[in-house]
Amino acid sequence: MRNVLIIAKRELASYFTSPVAYVFLVIFLLLTGFFTFTAGQFFERGEASLGAFFGWHPWLYLVLVPAAGMRLWAEERRAGTLELLMTMPITPWQAIFGKFLASWVFLGIALALTFPVVVTANVLGTPDNGIIFAGYLGSLFLAGAYLAITCLTSAMTRNQVVAFILSVVACLFLILAGFNPVTDLMVRWASPAFIDTVAAFSVVTHFDGFQKGVIDSRDLAYFLSVIGFSLFATSIVLRNR
Amino acid sequence: MRPSNLNILMIKIENLAKSFGAKRAVDGISFTVERGEVVGFLGPNGSGKSTTMRMITGYYPPTAGSVRVGGYDVVESPLEAKRLIGYLPENAAAYPDMSVRGFLGFAAELRGLSGAAKRKAVARAVERCFLESVLHQSIDTLSKGYRHRTCLAQALIHEPEVLILDEPTDGLDPNQKHEVRNLIKELGRTKAVVFSTHILEEVDAACTRAIIIDRGRIVAQGTPDELGRPLDEVFRRLTVPDTAVPDTVKQ
Ligand SMILES: Nc1ncnc2c1ncn2[C@@H]1O[C@H](COP(=O)(O)OP(=O)(O)O)[C@@H](O)[C@H]1O
Ligand SMILES: [Mg+2]
Repeated sequence: MRNVLIIAKRELASYFTSPVAYVFLVIFLLLTGFFTFTAGQFFERGEASLGAFFGWHPWLYLVLVPAAGMRLWAEERRAGTLELLMTMPITPWQAIFGKFLASWVFLGIALALTFPVVVTANVLGTPDNGIIFAGYLGSLFLAGAYLAITCLTSAMTRNQVVAFILSVVACLFLILAGFNPVTDLMVRWASPAFIDTVAAFSVVTHFDGFQKGVIDSRDLAYFLSVIGFSLFATSIVLRNR
Repeated sequence: MRPSNLNILMIKIENLAKSFGAKRAVDGISFTVERGEVVGFLGPNGSGKSTTMRMITGYYPPTAGSVRVGGYDVVESPLEAKRLIGYLPENAAAYPDMSVRGFLGFAAELRGLSGAAKRKAVARAVERCFLESVLHQSIDTLSKGYRHRTCLAQALIHEPEVLILDEPTDGLDPNQKHEVRNLIKELGRTKAVVFSTHILEEVDAACTRAIIIDRGRIVAQGTPDELGRPLDEVFRRLTVPDTAVPDTVKQ
C-alpha cells in the first residue's frame, strides 16, 4: 500500500504542476454548467432535482475522462520512464493501481467542484439530498469505469491521441448497449432477453439506479468489475513489453 | 542474512537469450560479475547491449536462460533482485515535469527510504553527481548532461550493490565524461558495475574487464591488456559494422 500511495502522490502532483489540470477543471465545469442549465433545462423543469445534471454525465465523461487519463501510461512509454518505474522494487499492480487512483481522485475533485449545482437546487427548492448523494456516488463510479478503460488503452500505445480515441470508442460501446434509441432499434430483430443481456453491459443501465437514489449492490458490482477487469487487462498489456 | 552478503558473485548470467519476433537480439550470453569489478560492455549499435541490460534489471523477460542478481533469480524473485540494483536506462529517462529534488525524493521513497534517511540519501546523491545548482529546476529544462546525472543520481540513491549503467557517458561533454568515468571507477571498488559503451577509450579509463558483444553473442572478453592492442583494431576485427541487418538476410 505504501508504494501505491507514493505512485499516486507523484501522479496527482503531476496533474497540478501542468496547466492541463486547470484547463481541464474549467472545461469540465463549463460543460457541466452548459449541459445542466441550458441543454438540460434545469430551471424550466420546475423541479428541485439534479436529474438534468446527472443525466448528461455518461456523455460528458465520454470525452472528459479519456482526456484526463490518456497520458497515464502513454506518457510513461513516450518519456521512457516506464522502464524506470518497472525496474523499481515494486509490483506492476502497485504502479497500475497507484496511477489509476491518482486520476480517479483528480476526477473526484472535478466532480466535487460542481457543488454549486447542489447549493442552487437547495436554495430554489427542497430536493432529496439522499438521491443527490447517490447520484454523485454513481457518477464517481461511472468516471472510474471510463478511467480504467482509458488506463488500458493508454498502456497499449505511446501516443496519447491514439489512447484517447480508443477509449472514447470503447466507452461509447458501453453507453450505446443500453441507450434507449439503440435498444429500441434492436427490438425489431432481437429477442427481449438478448436486448436485456446486451443492456446489462451498459453503463447507462447501471447508472440509472443511482440517479433514482437507489444504491444497488449489483450496480456497484458492475462498475467494480469493469474497473477490475480493465486494470487486470492493463497489467497483461504492460507485462508483454 | 541476504545471500548477497555471503558471496561476492553479484551477477550470474547463463545462456541468456531474447528474441523479438524472428529477430534474435541476444543469443545465448553467459558471464558473471563479482563485487569490485567494473565490466565494460562493448559492442556496435544494435548488438544487444541494452536488451541484455533490460533483462538483468527485470524490464524484459528473457526468452531463454537466466539472470541471478545477488543470488536471486530476476524472474522468480523480481523484488529482491531489483532492490539490489541501481539502473541508469539508455537515454536517461526521467519525469520531465518534476524538479530534480522531487524526482530523487520519489526514487528514494520507492526504494523504501523516508524521513531523515530519505533526505540524507537525496543529499548524498546530489553531492556525488554535482546537482546542487539545479536542485529546484524542473527536469525538462535541464541540459542533457544534467539530466543524465540526475538519472545517475537516481540509480545511486539507495547505495545499490549492483549498478547497471546503459551508456552513462552518452551525450556528455569531455569534462563530464571524465567525471562520470571517475565516479564509475570509484563505485566499482565496492560494487559490481556493468556499463555499456561504444567508446573504446572508456574501456581503458574505467574497466577492470571488458566484454565485446556482436550480434547478440560474446565474441571476446578479458582485461583491456588481454584483449590486445590497439583496442580499436581488435574491436573492428571482432564485430561487423552494421548489425541492423535482419538475421535472415545475413545467413
Ligand atoms: N522492443 C524491441 N522490439 C523489437 N526489436 C528490438 C527491441 N529492442 C531492441 N530490438 C532490436 O534488438 C537489437 C539489439 O538492440 P539493443 O539491445 O538496443 O542494441 P544496443 O543497445 O547494443 O545498441 C536491435 O537490432 C534492435 O533493433
Ligand atoms: Mg543501447
